Amino acid sequence: MTVSIKALAIAGFAALAVAVSPAFAQRTDINVGMVLEPPNLDPTAGAAAAVDEVVYANVFEGLTRFDPSGAVIPGLAESWEISADGLAYTFHLHSGVKFHDGSAMDAEDVKFSLDRARAEDSVNAQKALFADIASVDVVDPQTVKITLSRQNGNFLFNMAWGDAVVVAPETAANNATNPVGTGPFTFVEWVQGDHVEIAKNPDYWGTPVRLDSAIFKFIDDPTAAFAAMMAGDVDAFPNFPAPETLPQLGADPRFSVIVGSTEGETILAINNVKAPLDNVLVREAIAHAINRQEIIDGAMFGYGTPIGTHFAPHNPAYIDLTSTSAYDPEKSKALLAEAGYASGLTLRLALPPPTYARRGGEIIAAQLRAVGIETEIANVEWAQWLEQVFTGKDFDLTIVSHTEPMDIGIYARDDYYFQYKSDAFKKIIEDLNTTTDPEGRTALLQDAERKIADDFVNGYLFQLAKTGVANAKIHGMWENSPTQANDLTAVYWDE
Amino acid sequence: MGRITARPILAPARPIVFNFVLYRFVSLALSLVAASVVIFVVIEVVPGDPAAFMLGLNAQPDTVAALRDQLGLNAPPLERYFQWIAGLAQGQFGISYTYKVPVAELVADRIWISLPLAIYALGLSILIAFPVGIVAAARRNSAADVSIMGATQLGVAVPNFWFAMLLVLGFSITLRWFSAGGFPGWQAGFLEAMKALTLPAIALALPQASILARVMRSSLLDTLAEDYVRSARAKGLTRGQALWRHALRNALIPVLTIIGLQFSFLLAGAIIIENVFFLPGLGRLVFQGITQRDLIVVKSVVMLLVVAVIAVTFLVDLAYAIADPRLRQHR
Amino acid sequence: MIEAEPVARSIELWRTALRTRSFIGGAALTAIFVIAALVSFVWTPFDVTTLTIADRLQGLSGVHWFGTDHFGRDIFSMVMVGARTSIAVAIVAVGIGMALGVPLGLAAAARRGSLADEFIMRGNDLVFAFPALLIAILITAVFGPGAVNAIIAIGIFNIPVFARLTRGAALSLWTREFVLSARVAGKGAIRISVEHILPNILNLLIVQGTIQFSLGILAEAALAYVGLGARPPLPSWGKMLADAQTMIGFAPHMALIPGFAIVLTVLGLNLMGDGLRDILDPRIRRSRT
Repeated sequence: MTVSIKALAIAGFAALAVAVSPAFAQRTDINVGMVLEPPNLDPTAGAAAAVDEVVYANVFEGLTRFDPSGAVIPGLAESWEISADGLAYTFHLHSGVKFHDGSAMDAEDVKFSLDRARAEDSVNAQKALFADIASVDVVDPQTVKITLSRQNGNFLFNMAWGDAVVVAPETAANNATNPVGTGPFTFVEWVQGDHVEIAKNPDYWGTPVRLDSAIFKFIDDPTAAFAAMMAGDVDAFPNFPAPETLPQLGADPRFSVIVGSTEGETILAINNVKAPLDNVLVREAIAHAINRQEIIDGAMFGYGTPIGTHFAPHNPAYIDLTSTSAYDPEKSKALLAEAGYASGLTLRLALPPPTYARRGGEIIAAQLRAVGIETEIANVEWAQWLEQVFTGKDFDLTIVSHTEPMDIGIYARDDYYFQYKSDAFKKIIEDLNTTTDPEGRTALLQDAERKIADDFVNGYLFQLAKTGVANAKIHGMWENSPTQANDLTAVYWDE
Repeated sequence: MGRITARPILAPARPIVFNFVLYRFVSLALSLVAASVVIFVVIEVVPGDPAAFMLGLNAQPDTVAALRDQLGLNAPPLERYFQWIAGLAQGQFGISYTYKVPVAELVADRIWISLPLAIYALGLSILIAFPVGIVAAARRNSAADVSIMGATQLGVAVPNFWFAMLLVLGFSITLRWFSAGGFPGWQAGFLEAMKALTLPAIALALPQASILARVMRSSLLDTLAEDYVRSARAKGLTRGQALWRHALRNALIPVLTIIGLQFSFLLAGAIIIENVFFLPGLGRLVFQGITQRDLIVVKSVVMLLVVAVIAVTFLVDLAYAIADPRLRQHR
Repeated sequence: MIEAEPVARSIELWRTALRTRSFIGGAALTAIFVIAALVSFVWTPFDVTTLTIADRLQGLSGVHWFGTDHFGRDIFSMVMVGARTSIAVAIVAVGIGMALGVPLGLAAAARRGSLADEFIMRGNDLVFAFPALLIAILITAVFGPGAVNAIIAIGIFNIPVFARLTRGAALSLWTREFVLSARVAGKGAIRISVEHILPNILNLLIVQGTIQFSLGILAEAALAYVGLGARPPLPSWGKMLADAQTMIGFAPHMALIPGFAIVLTVLGLNLMGDGLRDILDPRIRRSRT
């Protein structure tokens, strides 16, 4: 309790200082716009990205974390050793780390958090991240040893996810409404339907943040988001929902428009086992019917990078395969004829709510129609999409952005919703898991990229852009989106 | 959309008997039971598993099963129905799946936006409709009457969400007088909060005011044609005097009925406007509950809204019976 | 409250209607959109299913009279086809309301005070008590969005409107002499309802039908606006408004034009309905003379 009173006192003092000398004061508060309100504030119990967008790195921390470029850097663990067989990870924790309730964070809390996430009754949405953990042992209060059941080159990467943050046993149950972490910001209040407020944690163990308080305002209407930016109601909107208004905002000297990349490969997913889509000729015909640039222009107002395979263009291992499935309606018609559908066919197209899917879907429907493929568009909500498309696999075509980083491995899962089954591809991924030298890995990744492009598994559309707007005086926002987060730890105002 | 529920104006009041209150009370209870069954069944058949939705793409089947257990979704439907009803009876609405707080708490928060908004909108609509309706009736067939009636025709024809878009275009984007939406919370101060509710209230009030003004006018004209007003006029009162002294009071009965119905509509039916201005009110809570499959919120809040509407209807009928004893005997 | 009128008189009433200003104005407005909807079946200036992204967001011009939308579609053509969607959904929804509501109302009136009457009327109250839009959203959540489900969602809420109106009007007719004599003549309740009651409340139903029709158009627009109306690529006015919302700052024509289309159609229908009511409602006619 003393912590929050102190925080309030400091915030109050800062406010006073601002009031006394407004002209020279550097602003130390920020209003950040977000499209979706988090359903709760517990990143370990649910998949909602909005939770991480508020609490990741700000309120909660894990053993490791992502930096703005997506690299894994130390978090609560200041260093670690990996045993020669790659199965034992010994993490050395920072000393003097305290939870926001004042209790100390030690190896017991790490053990509790990881055991909780991998427990049988766990409701962690990314339970697979912890699947390889055989045991978590407390060596001493500052040291924790994690033993894996098999080698996992991604383990440090996995521990950087928001779902792997360290929580305290006493407060874990209440994190949904009153999150208690170790981060540089403490939770202040959540006015449901409007905003979440966090404030500087004066007892933070690491580099103190330069902001005294931050408010996340939830504005899911693009018009309102635009108006809120123009009116100065929000200072930054890292994932601005209306790309169409960006030119207007960019022309205004008050704002800077930040266009970066995300991990979102937006694809026209195809049900690979359902006739006639099990015929590679039909899938190839669909791929050649798609005009990517028209989709990027029409649905995203020009923001987005065409992709020819399921891989992020900003990754060094990316190869441009867009020519494999270049826009060629004549070839598309010829392929359809060859497959026996010269007179056309009708497919269902399920569209989840995001703009890229709804607008993109209308454009793709028109492009497919031009080569003789009629589509029946069904707009579905996410819940329905999950049940019918993702779990039930009852679909022909759908549009979705796969936002998890480095997720080409999903093509090795036979039962994944698009149901691509290729032993050759599985072999590549198996080799990848046991290969450690970077060059070998790059070569294997590129094989994987080529394989799925050549098999026309899905229609590869574009890499989702991160289109952000911020007051031009704000610095330190993430440009790219290696994970879904609004990390404010390095944010400050000019002057 | 909500306006299609408006009762036809020509429908006569239902026959009202002497044991009116008791009778209406029993039928009220039966209606509530029927409503709860309908709501429960509809919610049951909505596709989409709340647990799967909350856990997203990478969830493992055992995790989903664990969450379903935790949410109490694995019990048989009948058992869940009675649990729900028993909870409702004790004022326990359950715990929201997504927000993880009691639904009652969510409702208690949201009602302080929906209720003031409804009152604000109704206040505006009365403020506009009464003078306008009275002027139109008093100067029947004058230029004022004709233009007022024309304007109300337009008001009824404008979709409120479109009007809301125009308000945002005009007052938020162009003039920047109001923010385009959101609600700062009552702790930000009364004026700030009311400012945030102003555009939504105007958007809601316009069609309501138009309807009310028309009802006001026609009700006044009806009473002016009644025998006792005619005889008052025969005694030398001017049309205006007759209107103020005799007609107005009696003309208010149908007007009050409409106001009662409009209020329950405004409370439940502001859903689109709450979405346009992203006000965290009840309608929006349910709307989000549907898309997030927070079904416990949906069924409890819809039930609550239905109870509110049924209760208001009941009170309006009761008020009728008290205000106009003739209706009780009238057959 | 409704005078029983010999059926023959309605012809004379329709003649009066054609002399009433608001009726004429309303009918003319309505006719414009109905004709646009009908013409759209055979001709529109541009194909509304072809997207020309390069031509997007153009203002009003000689080529595109109402400009183009964010996909480069011709808004004038979309308004024409949208009229078809709106009118079709509203007509069928009102049709459902009438087809089910009127018989229910007649039955309730014929068996006044009976358990059946009570059941029908309480059922009506129940439907009235549900927040209409929420239920419509739930219905489409169950069955998926689409024109048919929008029709069902709107139609359901039309049933009690017609049931109530029919019962109210029929009740007063049942006490009238021509009905009493029919009863004395030994005619059954169903025959009386069909032969004597229904023809005499037809005018009333037409008036209410016009009003419900306009409300149906508004309802369809609202449903389409929240994404629950006709499926793309079929244009609908409500969906056009939803699409326009984010672009209102720099392409206001996308929001203004479909909005005006809705307002004018609804206005036309309401004026027509009001004109009809003025002509048909005996009280107003009495005070006019």
